[in-house]
Amino acid sequence: MVFGVILAGGIGSRMGNVEKPKQYLKVGNKPIIIHTIEKFFVHEAFTKLLVLCPKQWVENTRNLVKKYLGAGAEHVVVLEGGTTRNETIMNSIAYIEKEYGVDDDTLIVTHDSVRPFLTYRIIEENIKYGLEYGAVDTVISATDTIVESVDGKAITSVPDRKKMYQGQTPQTFKAKKLRELYLSLSEEEKEILTDASKIFVIKGEKVYLVEGEVFNIKITYPYDLRVAESLIQDQKSGK
Amino acid sequence: MLNTVYRLVAPRRFEVEFNDIDLHSGQIVVRPTHLSICHADQRYYQGIRPAEVMREKLPMALIHEGLGEVVYDPAGTFQPGESVIMIPNTPVEQDDIIAENYLRSSRFRASGFDGFMQEHVALVPDRVVPLDASVDKIVAAFTELVSVSVHALRRFDSIAHERRNVIGIWGDGNLGYITSIFFKAMFPQTELYVFGVDQEKLSQFSFVDETFSVMDIPKGLRIDHAFECVGGAASQKAINQMIDHIQPEGTISLLGVSEYPVPINTRMVLEKGLRLYGSSRSGREDFLKTVELYKTHPEIIGYLSNIVGAQIEVRSIADMNRAFETDIHKSIGKTIMLWNK
Repeated sequence: MVFGVILAGGIGSRMGNVEKPKQYLKVGNKPIIIHTIEKFFVHEAFTKLLVLCPKQWVENTRNLVKKYLGAGAEHVVVLEGGTTRNETIMNSIAYIEKEYGVDDDTLIVTHDSVRPFLTYRIIEENIKYGLEYGAVDTVISATDTIVESVDGKAITSVPDRKKMYQGQTPQTFKAKKLRELYLSLSEEEKEILTDASKIFVIKGEKVYLVEGEVFNIKITYPYDLRVAESLIQDQKSGK
Repeated sequence: MLNTVYRLVAPRRFEVEFNDIDLHSGQIVVRPTHLSICHADQRYYQGIRPAEVMREKLPMALIHEGLGEVVYDPAGTFQPGESVIMIPNTPVEQDDIIAENYLRSSRFRASGFDGFMQEHVALVPDRVVPLDASVDKIVAAFTELVSVSVHALRRFDSIAHERRNVIGIWGDGNLGYITSIFFKAMFPQTELYVFGVDQEKLSQFSFVDETFSVMDIPKGLRIDHAFECVGGAASQKAINQMIDHIQPEGTISLLGVSEYPVPINTRMVLEKGLRLYGSSRSGREDFLKTVELYKTHPEIIGYLSNIVGAQIEVRSIADMNRAFETDIHKSIGKTIMLWNK
């Protein structure tokens, strides 16, 4: 079984002076999170879509899903997220375990709720290679040179750009394996996790790459919101 | 649902744009898988349509020949993953006399609005036709072009008088080839002559009764009816040759597109009492007939596969340009984009 896991747990602290978490802001005529859910909704592979959000937004999210998906809302389960991104993912696995059971091939396609521009192909390839390899990360080639600085003042190293990629989502994992690896991490190891694929990397497990899209942007800053809005506004220019 | 659209914004330049598909509108959502490039697309891509036309139409997604897989059908008529051919003509009214492809109000993909170069295409349910799993999808990609021939042949059947001993088709390109194949399937008793300029191309017409070079047509040769599949600057010569070689009261079906008005020997049209009629595009009935003929005459698929040219996997805008550039340099054949967006 394959589950879509949409991560909407963030409280949007980087978004400037806005009242709502960024995933609930409207782009075009719908909240960003609804745009993202719809991309998963039309994909037949998913047994259920799990949306994990802050506790105080659970009811609101359920209402939005009902409003925009109508009868299709039955396909979506809204759950409370955890304290960190990976704890949130663990919540989703706990739900799947309780409702459906988790076996070696149970696959979760995890995705940022604030990346509404992902494509069908990206989802499809995540599922295909996730089932084949067990762990997949969506990336694009780095266009800017990446520099490393340990102290934030001077460059420590300049890695070869050809080998550098920028991580996007979805990230897709065999749920059982992900949980096993996560639970085997020490607290120190957990602290340096920025995403779930790192759990596999730390443990020496392979994570395969799926090609993302430059426009699969994460709406993080007010600037991104303007970009997203203008991308959607372009529909009016189509003849 | 947000949907990625790859629109031509200027000659040779595609850009990513987005639209929002309403999942509650009753439309079927199809993911294109095989797209076929047509001359009409090339005229936009290369910017050889008049400047005012380019200005009016762009930005616009190209391609009106293609098939895909159903992703979402709110009515449940189609299963996810089912292969369907997409119909580009999109009528907005019904008329008991005028066919959907001749209604001036009808919209046409990649001409009046976005074509199939999209991540998903949303279509009214009657704008898709199921494709039998046995049919080669590479060939089925240009079913729209085939249905244009089938439409012209059905029209011929209803317009041309019953004496159909010998028919002539002018044009040795894709349209002439396809029209010849289907003529033989639909009118097996009639002798079919094909007239062209390129001996090599004409040699592919192995299933017709005779082929002739237009430079060397026997003087006394007579045909009962004719089809013009030439188009462009050569239309004039082709149509006047037909007028010369056709029997009185014959019909001439015009299929070739010309950007400019074509002078015709109307004196002889009058003297022979000829009927010239246009055929353009196709409608749902023509697609259904085409798919039926694929089934009843499986040899057709083999003939059609002879005109498949390059097959190019498209994952990026660079691939789209590569497909269109490759298509420019072919002599005959259809360029198919294996669409993976």
